[in-house]
Amino acid sequence: MPHDTHDHPHALLPPDPALRVRALETILTEKGLIDPAALDEIIDTYEHKIGPQNGAKVVAKMWTDPAFREAMLTDPMPLLDEMGFYGRQGEHMVIVENTPQVHNVVVCTLCSCYPWPLLGIPPGWYKSDAYRARVVREPRAVLAEFGVTVPADKKVRVWDSTAEIRYLVVPERPAGTEGMTVAELEKLVSRNSMIGTALATEPTT
Amino acid sequence: MSRVHDMGGRYGDGAINPKDDATFVEGWHARALAVTLAAGALGQWNIDYSRHARETLSPKDYARFSYYEKWMAGLADMLVAKGIVTREELQSGHGAGRSDLADRVLRAEAVAGVLAKGSPYQRPEAPAATFTPGDRVRTRRPAHNLHVTGGHTRLPSYAAGLSGTIVLRHGAHVLPDANAHGLGEAAEPLYAVAFPARDLWGDEACAQDEVVLDLWQSYLEPTT
Repeated sequence: MPHDTHDHPHALLPPDPALRVRALETILTEKGLIDPAALDEIIDTYEHKIGPQNGAKVVAKMWTDPAFREAMLTDPMPLLDEMGFYGRQGEHMVIVENTPQVHNVVVCTLCSCYPWPLLGIPPGWYKSDAYRARVVREPRAVLAEFGVTVPADKKVRVWDSTAEIRYLVVPERPAGTEGMTVAELEKLVSRNSMIGTALATEPTT
Repeated sequence: MSRVHDMGGRYGDGAINPKDDATFVEGWHARALAVTLAAGALGQWNIDYSRHARETLSPKDYARFSYYEKWMAGLADMLVAKGIVTREELQSGHGAGRSDLADRVLRAEAVAGVLAKGSPYQRPEAPAATFTPGDRVRTRRPAHNLHVTGGHTRLPSYAAGLSGTIVLRHGAHVLPDANAHGLGEAAEPLYAVAFPARDLWGDEACAQDEVVLDLWQSYLEPTT
């Protein structure tokens, strides 16, 4: 790939994005390089099979199983693999825990790196210029836009995913959840809480 | 020195819309993701090469394209650069005959296996790690590729030329600066490095906050 060029063949495609995608799919299919059924399979995987419900299982288990929590914080990959949560864009996970002293939040300022096997495909806002540009510089203001106020005496630690390490935030376990089952706890763990732009949901009493 | 994608810290992007939370808003978004993954499975490029293809879109295109439009543009440019698709085919919207690579096509029944297998970037062989957690390091400045002028790098410009502290050792990982340009994997020790927010942004940041980046050994030099 030339490193600085005005030669951009993509301009030969139709301007309408839906037509661009269709043109590329058609060309590649006619050349025998794409199996349209494989595209359906990929879409079905990320629409229905892989998503934040996976990450929520990890978080709820960490809340309830001290040995599992310890393993997740020190060497998570063997157990994630066992749970079926190893895969593309999640080959090298680091799990970071929110505490009374530290609130963690994850971004990829250079593109949109995200732990697919645990959270699925990233939401629109995670990929937006505004989030990528701002959360490293003014995380507290950004979190406030998500309705999260971090106390002044709590440290905010922003993780910029600049390599192939993928980060998952473990939100603090809400008070009043002592008697809940793991399945009930999983429901309190939203996607945003595992990125760091939300807290775990308070249980309804 | 930097490219348009290197936007960490930039002013002017306005408020974030937390309600923009769908994975795929339009039907073609999912299709664009799937076409990109299926084309990638042909094995003609690596993740660093494809990131660089998106980053080398002109700043005008990068700014006006939505997320998956960038993916489509990068894909079209890579397909032509690698000689897989011709300009005439892009223009006509049709493929002229079967490709020599067609026997590598990703079949539906292979998708689950390919996605589950992933593509690990850690390597056993690499130069020895010279830093340990707690060490003070300084990042290179400017934040550019040492091998290729204007080439791919994963050192954001907002973190160039600053002192930080090693917090994690990740083992040795493929170096994007080499891997994006056909210069081999050149694996190097990779570290998580913490920077005080005020060293990055000045007084507008809170004194106790910090930003952590994953940085390769050749991005860093020892400091006190």
